[in-house]
Amino acid sequence: MKRIYVNEDRCLGCRLCEWECAFANSGLDEMFKLKGKFGTEYSPRIRVEGEDKTEVHFAVNCRHCTGAICVKSCIAGALSKTDDGMVKIDRDKCVGCFTCVLVCPFGAIMPAPDGKAAQKCMLCTDNQAGEPNCVAHCPNGAIVYEER
Amino acid sequence: MEYVIIGNGTAAVACIEGIREVDPDGEIALISSEKYPAYGRPLISYYLLGKVDKGHLNYRPADFYKKNKVKTMLKRTVEKIDPVSKQVVLDGGEAVKYNKLLVATGSRPFVPPMQGLESVKNKFSFMTLDDAFALEKQLSKDKDVLVIGAGLIGLKCVEGIADRVRHITVVDLADRIMPSVLDIESGKMVQTVLEEKGVEFILNDCAAEFNQNQVTLKSGKKLTFDILVLAVGVRPNTELIKDAGGEVNRGVVINAKCETTLADIYSAGDCAEGYDKTIDGKRVLALLPNAYFQGRCAGLNMAGGVSSFVDGIPMNAIGFFGCHVLTAGVYEGECISRVTPSSLKKLYIKDGKLSGFILINDIERAGIYTAMIREGTPLSSVDSKLLIEKPQLLAFSREVRDSKLTRKV
Repeated sequence: MKRIYVNEDRCLGCRLCEWECAFANSGLDEMFKLKGKFGTEYSPRIRVEGEDKTEVHFAVNCRHCTGAICVKSCIAGALSKTDDGMVKIDRDKCVGCFTCVLVCPFGAIMPAPDGKAAQKCMLCTDNQAGEPNCVAHCPNGAIVYEER
Repeated sequence: MEYVIIGNGTAAVACIEGIREVDPDGEIALISSEKYPAYGRPLISYYLLGKVDKGHLNYRPADFYKKNKVKTMLKRTVEKIDPVSKQVVLDGGEAVKYNKLLVATGSRPFVPPMQGLESVKNKFSFMTLDDAFALEKQLSKDKDVLVIGAGLIGLKCVEGIADRVRHITVVDLADRIMPSVLDIESGKMVQTVLEEKGVEFILNDCAAEFNQNQVTLKSGKKLTFDILVLAVGVRPNTELIKDAGGEVNRGVVINAKCETTLADIYSAGDCAEGYDKTIDGKRVLALLPNAYFQGRCAGLNMAGGVSSFVDGIPMNAIGFFGCHVLTAGVYEGECISRVTPSSLKKLYIKDGKLSGFILINDIERAGIYTAMIREGTPLSSVDSKLLIEKPQLLAFSREVRDSKLTRKV
């Protein structure tokens, strides 16, 4: 299965991936409409680490782990693995207990902005982008979507 | 039967999934005294709260048992295990033979003897879906509820019913709420959240005598109520193993492979006493993720695979009315504390490692901390200043980051 991988030497920390992620999952028709709502009404499922002044940056999103601990720990059965290995969340089943936040060793699952459920990267299979929008718009190849 | 599983909770489901990873076809029989397909037990409070409806309570998709070729025997109780002839005897005398057996019988409410308790009509435990359904029938806005026990079960029940009754009083013998997972300061913070919803707490006190709709506390205080919820504690269901001659301490004693001391019999979940890394010893860790880890480990081993579960740790995610509390490990060693009026973060450092934490409303990426406790990551191997500031992978070495982010994990 193709996953998103990081090349931190190529990451400038521009955070465009965060915007593209929030946009792809927002259902909005133009990205600028996120203005004033980013981080509140819409929040990205990919997060860039490193403050603006630091040299090291890299983006982190769900690793779709082989033995995903979030799936094993979910109290509601809301997290599951698809046949090809993607970790999927069923928002209708999630009760927002955030056990997944407690166990994810990558810090890659988080409360959704409404606070009622968790949200995580589903490789843009759950929106109109089709393929990871963060990767498609990274200008530097700091994240790639491939088989490894 | 190749495999027999007693119980139908998280550990049982995980066992099935573990078995099927190794053995796609071996016959599995599952015996459960409950009539429902597996449901996430902690969901019962969310059900009453209206956060999940009846149609979404199932822990696994509707075709789970069929897909995994599991013969379910629901509403049946196992009365005896015969480890010599390798069979379990059910209510009614029917015997089911096994090659490998999992005992995942969970726990039951513990109700200490309390004078006059039998005179109380509307009293409930809060463990099963049927408990929740029965309690729900009694809920109405003109009723007062008394909850005995300010632990996780009692307080999740409180959250579930708070908007559906007139008033709730919680009584506990301890000096703070959820004493098993919170310290005084964090307990106070969560208590305030509940008090702001109108919940009343009477701590350092206990019920001395019930008389129908009235209770006299040890302090002499008298309260009346319409509904009584008993959430004092739970006891592991260990009798089957004990009667069969297996070692039982507080729970069914299991080794790293989740084997009991009886040949070909495994145990997992709330009834089992397995290894807890944070105390380097065995204890019952009655937590849903732990039940899954143990159940899966047992299943893999039962089917001839090789698995050991050696990194169990206490951890809890609990929320009340939007206030989120995440805890893990033990609260020993140096405490680094950052408290604001609405959030709390306490990290405990012992022997150069993170030993535990309590986080309230400051939970982002907490799993990075949890993994450090589970893996025993030396703080000397990370930028501890960055890490204490907030959980982040930047605090780890480049090599560790690459192993996490540039490879399939």
